[in-house]
Amino acid sequence: MRKASPGSVRRAFQPWNDPAAQPLVEFRAVTKRFGGVTAVADVSLSLYPREFFALLGPSGCGKTTLMRMLAGFETPDAGAILLDGVDITAVPPHLRPVNMMFQSYALFPHLSVADNIGYGLKREGLPRTEIDRRVGEMLALVKLDGLGKRRPDQLSGGQRQRVALARALAKRPKLLLLDEPMAALDRKLREATQFELMDIQSELGTTFMVVTHDQDEAMTMADRMAVMDHGRLVQIAPPDVIYEAPVSRHVAEFVGDINILEGRVEAVDGDLVSVATPLAGIVELDEEAPALSSGEPVLVGLRPEKIALSHDEPAQGVNKVRGEIWDIGYLGDMTMVQVMVGGDDGQLLKVSLTNRSRRIERPFAWEDSVWLSWDVEAGLVLKP
Amino acid sequence: MSVASRRTAGLVVAVPSLWLGLFFLAPFVMVLRIALSDAATALPPYAPHFEGFATLRDFLAGLDLENFGLIWEDPLYWQSYLFSLRIAALTTLVALAIGYPLAYAMASAPVRWRVILLVLVILPFWTSFLIRVYAWIGILRPEGLLDMALSALGLSDQPLRLLNTEAAVLIGMVYSYLPFMVLPLYATLEKLDRSLLEAAADLGATPLRAFLTVTLPLSLPGILAGSALVFIPAIGEFVIPDLLGGPDTTMIGKVLWTEFFSNRDWPLASAVAVVLLVVLVLPLALLQRARLARAGEGGGAP
Amino acid sequence: MTRLGPGLILALVAGFAFLYLPILALIAYSFNASRLVTVWGGFSTQWYGTLLANEPLLSAAWLSLRLAFVSATLATALGTLAALALARQGRFRGRLLFTGMALAPLVMPEVITGLSLLLLFVAADVERGFWTVTIAHATFGLGFACIVVQARLVGFDRSLEEAARDLGATPLVTFWTVTFPLIAPAVAAAWLLAFTLSLDDLVIASFTTGPGATTLPMRLYSAVRLGVSPEINAACTILIGFVAIVVIAASLLLKRRQALGA
Repeated sequence: MRKASPGSVRRAFQPWNDPAAQPLVEFRAVTKRFGGVTAVADVSLSLYPREFFALLGPSGCGKTTLMRMLAGFETPDAGAILLDGVDITAVPPHLRPVNMMFQSYALFPHLSVADNIGYGLKREGLPRTEIDRRVGEMLALVKLDGLGKRRPDQLSGGQRQRVALARALAKRPKLLLLDEPMAALDRKLREATQFELMDIQSELGTTFMVVTHDQDEAMTMADRMAVMDHGRLVQIAPPDVIYEAPVSRHVAEFVGDINILEGRVEAVDGDLVSVATPLAGIVELDEEAPALSSGEPVLVGLRPEKIALSHDEPAQGVNKVRGEIWDIGYLGDMTMVQVMVGGDDGQLLKVSLTNRSRRIERPFAWEDSVWLSWDVEAGLVLKP
Repeated sequence: MSVASRRTAGLVVAVPSLWLGLFFLAPFVMVLRIALSDAATALPPYAPHFEGFATLRDFLAGLDLENFGLIWEDPLYWQSYLFSLRIAALTTLVALAIGYPLAYAMASAPVRWRVILLVLVILPFWTSFLIRVYAWIGILRPEGLLDMALSALGLSDQPLRLLNTEAAVLIGMVYSYLPFMVLPLYATLEKLDRSLLEAAADLGATPLRAFLTVTLPLSLPGILAGSALVFIPAIGEFVIPDLLGGPDTTMIGKVLWTEFFSNRDWPLASAVAVVLLVVLVLPLALLQRARLARAGEGGGAP
Repeated sequence: MTRLGPGLILALVAGFAFLYLPILALIAYSFNASRLVTVWGGFSTQWYGTLLANEPLLSAAWLSLRLAFVSATLATALGTLAALALARQGRFRGRLLFTGMALAPLVMPEVITGLSLLLLFVAADVERGFWTVTIAHATFGLGFACIVVQARLVGFDRSLEEAARDLGATPLVTFWTVTFPLIAPAVAAAWLLAFTLSLDDLVIASFTTGPGATTLPMRLYSAVRLGVSPEINAACTILIGFVAIVVIAASLLLKRRQALGA
């Protein structure tokens, strides 16, 4: 039986699993070098119409270069970029039906909000009345009605971001590129804006590609995301798959927090894998069609929220380990506990506890001796 | 880049290049050529005319270093070169001595004053150079404003006779070039992070020590830039020594002017110009080296 | 540090007194009724009257103004192009030579610039006058204009131009709708600088001019060599006033533009 991850329930939209679906954008073995540095290495990627795609990676991983090649500001050294089946590799930026929202917003400081939004329409040579109408529509879309006459420096950060979005959407591009769209917003505003952006995207049906280093942002908004590292796409999948089934230790550690235990495969019985770990004894995991053989060295990944913490020894026979609390970080909604396992020179494991009630009967304290335990469904196997 | 934008980009370089090639580089080569020519009384007063490649050999044969020999042998020339260097160096030092406290005070002033103070420093620069020098003639000449002021204060009844002396040239030079010293100094001092001084004080430095160990080293780029902006144009200065100086304060710019306009010896004037350029290249190269060394120190920071 | 000790206030007062007293004295004596500069003969504007009757001086002033206008416009156009080439073209062939040529006039003694251009004009057998001085001043002002505009381009956010391109503007349209409006204050400042440099120049003009084209600084210079006279003071005062008005008006204008967000 195929088990679904928690996030996949809301997604019926999966054109990437449909062999008949026509991609909107195709990167074909694209490589870009700057001097001796390879910024993008042999990247192949397809984006589908109406998709909300996120490109996630640390700064300097090449994600911005990949986006700039799509906008036309950089030319690939090798490979081709196709839009709607047409090779646009050599098309200059002003002739591409692709628009971009810049990280700095790049609002023209000498033009009013309305003139900023209408800039692209004016270049298309639309009549004044048509431009005014479309600008009005856009202002309504981003809820800035009545602010058309203002200058960018008379707006708040959040308003400026909306103007940038409206300006990029005004030409009704097939593809909208968003470069770190939330980077300049504070946390509260960022959350609200993320959902608004998703609403606008589903309303317009435009394909969005957002570049970000913020995993929460990528996971909240994207239908599918790609994790990029050193110019390569390491994994392309929906956010829940990336989180629950990362392909490598690097992805697992980059997206979210994870504890890694070293070990060796003890036995494989159908979907049930037993791993012998020096630290926590036998760990049993439920893996779909594991391609593992006995004696093979593996890593066991355990997300902090999937570990339970108790004062008393749990009843279950496996997937438990004793430890001592070294550190407690109270975060309000949850508490992050660091537990030393395997003696003073052992390994610190992170456990997160959801604070479900305001008072706890037996609170955990520093230097408490505690038990960690987890389900067979909790751990995941990674190749070292 | 598309073909059209390549063409635009090409024009952006080509148009100024053409202008500069025609009106900067070509005249320059001309000076070199004429510096190597014989003096003649005809107009234009220099002998070998360059008339195509047929006469190139004759032309080359006509070249000689006679003019440079003359500059070397006649003490008038190298003395005036030395005097120019001396005046330029003195001007730089005095301008630094006056300009540093001024720039420091400006940078320490409340923010709302700073812009006004800055404009006040720049404003004299916009008024005519000639006027500024002329103003000092009225002050320094015998029975001029300075003498009047001194006798009115009962300090001295004897005329000081400053006009047409080295001191007068120095005063005029410092006065004219002071804004060039103050502006870069102010720019570096104003950018200086005040918390650095607080950190120095916090770590036990007296204000004087904090100034010597923090402010002064960090304002070195401003000192260098200001000194270069004063020193280099000061060497070739003509108007100030001509109007405020006397017979024994002959700077090289004035020598060139005299050779050209009074003696009508164009080849010699050109040779003087060539040597003047060589004299200028040295401080420029030193400055560039200092800059590169500092850039290297900064660990490749832009 | 926003506290001014007495030492620093003294430095400010002394520094600005040094900068301004000579000019103020010059202006004051232009209103002296006596021809003798040593004697204050009461307030009078008579020297301004004689000045207005001084035909050669007035025509020299008119010539200088026209010359400064044309040469500053040329210098600013060429200097802006040079600044764009330096700031935007990255590495191109002959960049080092180009940079050297554009910026050399900044450190080149005026006597050399003047002499070299004269030798060119003589060799090319061009009649010297208004246009030769204009060319000389444009060449001299080019470097200054280039520096001023380049400073603005260095701090220029390139993503603004990319945004324009992204929204469908060709490189040329991008320049006129985005780049130029944003560097316009620097271009105006460059023009003003080139204008006053031209208006102020004595040395280069003396070399490159011909008969019948005597500029204001040349007239003033020959008058100054003869000694101090209240009439020259009056002429200088007018010139100072003119430049001060232009500079103050320009800075007010720029300030208003900046207040508008440009």
